[in-house]
Amino acid sequence: MTNTKLLMVTLLGATMLASGAAHSKTLVYCSEGSPEGFDPAPFTAGTTFDASSKPLYNRLVEFKRGTSEVIPGLAESWEVSSDGLEYTFKLRKGVKFQTTDFFTPSRDFNADDVVFSFERQLKKDHPWNQYTAGIAWEYFDGMSMPDLLKSVEKVDDNTVKFVLNRPEAPMIANLAMDFASIMSAEYAAKLEADGKKELLNQQPVGTGPFKFVAYQKDAVIRYAAHEGYWAGKQPIDDLVFAITTDASVRQQKLKAGECHVAPYPNPADLADLKADPNLQVMEQEGLNVGYLAYNSLVAPFDKPEVRKALNMAINKQSILDAVFQGAGKEAKNPIPPTMWSYNTSVNDDPYDPEAAKKMLEAAGVKDLKMKIWAMPVQRPYNPNARRMAELIQSDFSKIGVGVEIVSYEWGEYLKLSKAKDRDGAVLLGWTGDNGDPDNFLAVLLGCDAVGGSNRAQWCNKDFEALVQKAKTVSDKAERTKLYEDAQVVFKREAPWATIAHSVVFMPMSKKVSGYVMDPLGGHWFDGVDLAE
Amino acid sequence: MSDQAIETSSDTRATGLRADLQEFWHYFSENRGAVIGMWFFIFVCLVALLADLIAPHGATAQYRDALLTPPVWQEGGDWRFLLGTDAVGRDMLSRLIHGSRYSLFVGCIVVVGAMAVGVTVGLVAGFVGGAVDTLIMRLMDIILSFPSLLLALVLVAILGPSLTNAMIAIAIVQQPHYVRLTRAAVLGERNKDYVTAARVAGVRPLRLMFHTILPNCMAPLIVQAALSFSTAILDAAALGFLGMGAQPPTPEWGTMLAEAREFILRAWWVVTLPGLAILLTVLAINLMGDGLRDALDPKLKRS
Amino acid sequence: MFQFLLRRIGLIIPTFIGVTIAAFAFIRVLPGDPVELMAGERGVSPERHAALMKQFGYDRPIWEQYLDYFFSALQGDLGNSLVTKKPVWDEFFTLFPATLELSICAIIFAVFIGVPAGIYAATRRGSWPDQAIMGTALVGYSMPIFWWGLLLIILFSGTLGWTPVSGRISLLYFFKPVTGFMLIDSLLSGQKGAFSSAVSHLILPTIVLGTIPLAVVARQTRSAMLEVLSEDYVRTARAKGMSPMRVVGVHALRNAMIPVITTIGLQVGVLLAGAILTETIFSWPGIGKWMVDSIFRRDYPSVQGGLLMIAVIVMTVNLIVDLLYGLVNPRIRHVR
Repeated sequence: MTNTKLLMVTLLGATMLASGAAHSKTLVYCSEGSPEGFDPAPFTAGTTFDASSKPLYNRLVEFKRGTSEVIPGLAESWEVSSDGLEYTFKLRKGVKFQTTDFFTPSRDFNADDVVFSFERQLKKDHPWNQYTAGIAWEYFDGMSMPDLLKSVEKVDDNTVKFVLNRPEAPMIANLAMDFASIMSAEYAAKLEADGKKELLNQQPVGTGPFKFVAYQKDAVIRYAAHEGYWAGKQPIDDLVFAITTDASVRQQKLKAGECHVAPYPNPADLADLKADPNLQVMEQEGLNVGYLAYNSLVAPFDKPEVRKALNMAINKQSILDAVFQGAGKEAKNPIPPTMWSYNTSVNDDPYDPEAAKKMLEAAGVKDLKMKIWAMPVQRPYNPNARRMAELIQSDFSKIGVGVEIVSYEWGEYLKLSKAKDRDGAVLLGWTGDNGDPDNFLAVLLGCDAVGGSNRAQWCNKDFEALVQKAKTVSDKAERTKLYEDAQVVFKREAPWATIAHSVVFMPMSKKVSGYVMDPLGGHWFDGVDLAE
Repeated sequence: MSDQAIETSSDTRATGLRADLQEFWHYFSENRGAVIGMWFFIFVCLVALLADLIAPHGATAQYRDALLTPPVWQEGGDWRFLLGTDAVGRDMLSRLIHGSRYSLFVGCIVVVGAMAVGVTVGLVAGFVGGAVDTLIMRLMDIILSFPSLLLALVLVAILGPSLTNAMIAIAIVQQPHYVRLTRAAVLGERNKDYVTAARVAGVRPLRLMFHTILPNCMAPLIVQAALSFSTAILDAAALGFLGMGAQPPTPEWGTMLAEAREFILRAWWVVTLPGLAILLTVLAINLMGDGLRDALDPKLKRS
Repeated sequence: MFQFLLRRIGLIIPTFIGVTIAAFAFIRVLPGDPVELMAGERGVSPERHAALMKQFGYDRPIWEQYLDYFFSALQGDLGNSLVTKKPVWDEFFTLFPATLELSICAIIFAVFIGVPAGIYAATRRGSWPDQAIMGTALVGYSMPIFWWGLLLIILFSGTLGWTPVSGRISLLYFFKPVTGFMLIDSLLSGQKGAFSSAVSHLILPTIVLGTIPLAVVARQTRSAMLEVLSEDYVRTARAKGMSPMRVVGVHALRNAMIPVITTIGLQVGVLLAGAILTETIFSWPGIGKWMVDSIFRRDYPSVQGGLLMIAVIVMTVNLIVDLLYGLVNPRIRHVR
């Protein structure tokens, strides 16, 4: 301490010389974790996207803020050929890339940038396909783009054509996703010439509303407004992400005024936050579902009536109280209510332990013992799987079903729960990627996904037919009808106990205005202003 | 444990046992803190033993009508739940009472496990010497090169998070201390007259190790045992806190604390009480350990 | 002395090799599949899974992987993090200054309070201040520091609002790191208030991390002092009528410091272990938190590299302590 004091004295001169920084509007966001990198395409975490694709980049098409509706972005318009295989995009003119300490663009955005952004993910022999060790295009591959996408072609400087191998109705929505962010081909060429390709992931350049200033690992990310942003400069001058992994600490900082916006509050703190005169709490239903998936290939869970009986034994209200602390809504369908085609006329299985007991007896099931798998991690659709499993355990014991709770390390859990001969019912959930019902119904319950992301191992002819048909139809009304029917089949067969959809809360300072919650779970700061 | 040690050390002069015990108690009881610690420890042991009888509720029984009820003396308290309830309506007092079992259990198992292995290995190293000794000591050096909690954390990550695995990991991390202590004691004793005499008299090596030499190095081991008992409880709680120890709904104190973290602003009792239980128990054991050291360590006795 | 040095360094080589084997082996037997984990709820196809395993080099024979690892490690190449794709070496040294700064502050805190308290207690042996100090030290020694940190946050940051909740410096200040030590960088930046902001952020973590070393140092100082005070030469000095202050300050303290310094050296392991908990609680961007995160994320190369680096640090500090000890106390050299 004495040493530092001494230093302080000797450096006092320097301190005196310091000029106060010009007054500027700085918005501080207490983010929940560190980004994996600043190139959004190789990653899958929402935290990474909040720090990369959302402030720094744009996509050809964007989700209209606050909805999952697709609107023009860097593409002003597009046309789909009648066979559904060719998508032609007209690009916006005069879009500037950000000028930073490390890069000054010499040209505006054009078709080369689009081709570069996709080809690096599509072509295995592209010089940027493996630009840093151990990179993989998780989302691109996860959305089956390599099978789907035949080529991305430049027609002229302002026109790009995507050619598909088969018609796919959700394609446009896919292009609004984070992995489809448009990078600068010019910047990439410069990095390649300098032999520093890995910097693409560390010092990003995009067309987005904010430009990258600095990242101090696991502590702070700094952005500044992009002066030449095509949609106009942002009302705030600086955007700071203060990385704060602990939820209680985030709330403390928010209350102390150390940050203006802090996501993912503890449900337990909500009442306190809402009561704070300096804070406002926004809320929205998340685009997710938390469920308990039975293994429909293993007796006695192969019988729909057994699954239904168990569903009727679960007291969802008490789960919402104890696990979600009110930050959730009971789920009856496998897709969330904010999604189009949600079937409101489906009736949920009522909570009725007596009837459930009788149904089990009628099905000839006695002294049933089962396992329930509880995830080891917190997820928006299930903030505390352990606690949820304990509650279900005590609910099931009331109808004479003995439950053993098991858990594995997360990677292991995901892997083991895929097995077709898995013993027990699995607690899991899903958060939507692109707002399309296909992204829930086909991915989680389709026949192709058995042994994979279909944790119920459930393959039903009627359901499959409806969902597959909806993939090839581009008329939204017709698709809606198909998906509504699929939800009826789902409820009849009950491969899951649908438990809850989370309600996402977003506490922020009352000084913040213009913030719009994203049903897809992202955090956007363009258009946000800060009162003095 | 201490009685046993003294008993075996003096099996050739059984009449001295009483005197030894009396002397030990004389020095031990001089230390007021140690005596208080001992009584508190006995209290915790009784609570653990009688948990089923004295706990007002089951450790995992959920009262869904009483989530996060504060302790009785606070507004909104309920006489059914003296120390309040947690987020799913489980009685805090009952959970704390049952939790004492886990902490003591962890302490006992870790000490016994680490000591059994550590002492044996240490005896072998000190007695056999040569390449075996070198190999063992290098192995211990390797283990000691990692900070204990970090090593335990990685070991639990390997074995899978559970109380059993946490105990195994902590025992592995602790046993080098026993090895070193035993080895040093053996090296000190090996060339003393009584050992040479026994060896000349044809006492077999195993008997020599366990019956002749070991009893004479008992004092530092007992002190170490008390020390590692409290460290084990703390480490198990820390692992539980990091989500790598006992898994919920086990009412282990560290795990309770981890589960309660989200209520830090709203329900002080779910955060404060388990930590206080850990602190008091560990403090009592450390007080006792200090007393044991003073009573057993002849060097300090003199001063 | 030179021989002692050689012998001591000779001992370190097999231990170092052992440590690399251990760090490597631990991680290779970790259950869980890094590829699965990367994919999350979405999952990967078996073909892609195999391709990725190959890409990360997990399909080669284990000894080949180890030798590769060992020789790269010698050259400072610890592989790339699976999460950030950056070299583990760089990641470690980006974060290490934060841990080092916190640890140094904790040690200073422990020594500056612990040594005087221990001396005072020793000179007043048996009095109530002695008992109070030793009682407090034992409480500190028994403290579950993760709980202690939470309590301090509730009290000082929550209720009283005196200290910031987490982080290293207020976000108002922004400057490029020069040394990585926030206290020094904040001074170098010349920004008004930056230094005091850095100090206020350091206070609670320092107390939490320093609590156990403080207790150990106080206890050790007291018992070392007691031992020295009962030595003949001190009694002689006292008998000769030397003032108590002088006896304690000149003769006793100097001799008592040897075991105390050793104790402080040995606290490095304790500090690094404590850093895991402290950094987790205070969102302190150091290697302790990074290790925990890496373990939970199954970031194999990071856990491996971190384990190895931390072990090397502990070994190095132990070596230095041993050498210093050998230097001040020549008897040691011959005994070993």
